[in-house]
Amino acid sequence: MSAETKKIGEIPSFKVTLFVRRFNPEDGQDARWQDFDVEVFGTDRVLDALHKIKWEQDGSLTFRRSCAHGVCGSDAMRINGRNRLACKTLIKDLDITQPIYVEPIKGLAVEKDLVVDMNPFYQAYRDVKPFLIASDKPEKERLQSAEDRERFDDTTKCILCAACTTSCPVFWTDGQYFGPAAIVNAHRFIFDSRDEAAEVRLEILNDKEGVWRCRTTFNCTEACPRGIQVTKAIAEVKQAILRGRA
Amino acid sequence: MVTIETPRSPRSRKHAQWEKWGWLYMRYSGAVLLILIFGHIVINLLSGEGIKQIDFAFVAGKWASPFWQVYDVLMLWLALIHGTNGMRTIVNDYTERETVRKALNYTLWIVCGLLIVLGTLVCVTFDPCIDQAMRASLEVCKG
Repeated sequence: MSAETKKIGEIPSFKVTLFVRRFNPEDGQDARWQDFDVEVFGTDRVLDALHKIKWEQDGSLTFRRSCAHGVCGSDAMRINGRNRLACKTLIKDLDITQPIYVEPIKGLAVEKDLVVDMNPFYQAYRDVKPFLIASDKPEKERLQSAEDRERFDDTTKCILCAACTTSCPVFWTDGQYFGPAAIVNAHRFIFDSRDEAAEVRLEILNDKEGVWRCRTTFNCTEACPRGIQVTKAIAEVKQAILRGRA
Repeated sequence: MVTIETPRSPRSRKHAQWEKWGWLYMRYSGAVLLILIFGHIVINLLSGEGIKQIDFAFVAGKWASPFWQVYDVLMLWLALIHGTNGMRTIVNDYTERETVRKALNYTLWIVCGLLIVLGTLVCVTFDPCIDQAMRASLEVCKG
């Protein structure tokens, strides 16, 4: 585009190539890469490019997204080898001289294209009892000091997108490990002064497949789109198990 | 502690304490081994005449002292169990079939046990008089 024709405030557009990992359980074929050329704007995210493919080129492309603004955690995928939310990854921030590789998150069974079976992930989450357990009746507010709140503030930010768990090499091996996300959500209640079942959760995570399988590779911390210090949270749970209390 | 009706049954509780003790062992033995191994390297390879000093007499001299016997036995036990436990972790990660996993892990611990027994025997029952030159020079061998 020449300088004269470029209007003030106009958003530059450019062409990118996306290699998307396709899998259709009904066609009997193995998963394969398919490339798409998409014209995108500098303000577009990978999710916008996927939308353009689905709406303009190939309606069969299947992926999850709900809020599309980094809050619901539906569209975690592996983009250029890193787990991210497609709705929070600006295309211009990637190396657009190269094709962009988009594939499903690893370690969970692929159902179709970018959609994986999240049930094992949610099961691990359920297993740590991610809800307040208190003996008194909820008749009045449960007050908490700012310092007590600070202890687990970081882990309240989790949106259950599974980016951390599916970036964990220990989870990749057999999928039996509870995984960072479940531990983060256990941490959120273990260190909550209003909760009374820390010991129960610590006992659950003191499992063969619990916190001890964490090998501190920090993949989870790097992958978390909410910036949660996941590995640190896991380490705090380990320490709590050794102490026998939160 | 509050107990509630569990919405889902929890996972298996197998070997729960085992993994905790394994994890702790790796940390503490690792810290001790750092000191022991670097001490071993400094004494054997750097101090005195360095690497050229190591021969039968050097080893015999060291093991004449109970301090070095305990030092070496400790290093042997800590390092072998540390290494075998690390290998066990890798086996658990990479094997897919339960029978293969079990076979490899049993092999690891049997080999580890054998090496510990043999190594400890050598350290504790070491006899410098089995060497001809030592027999000639050492007072204790002449009796």
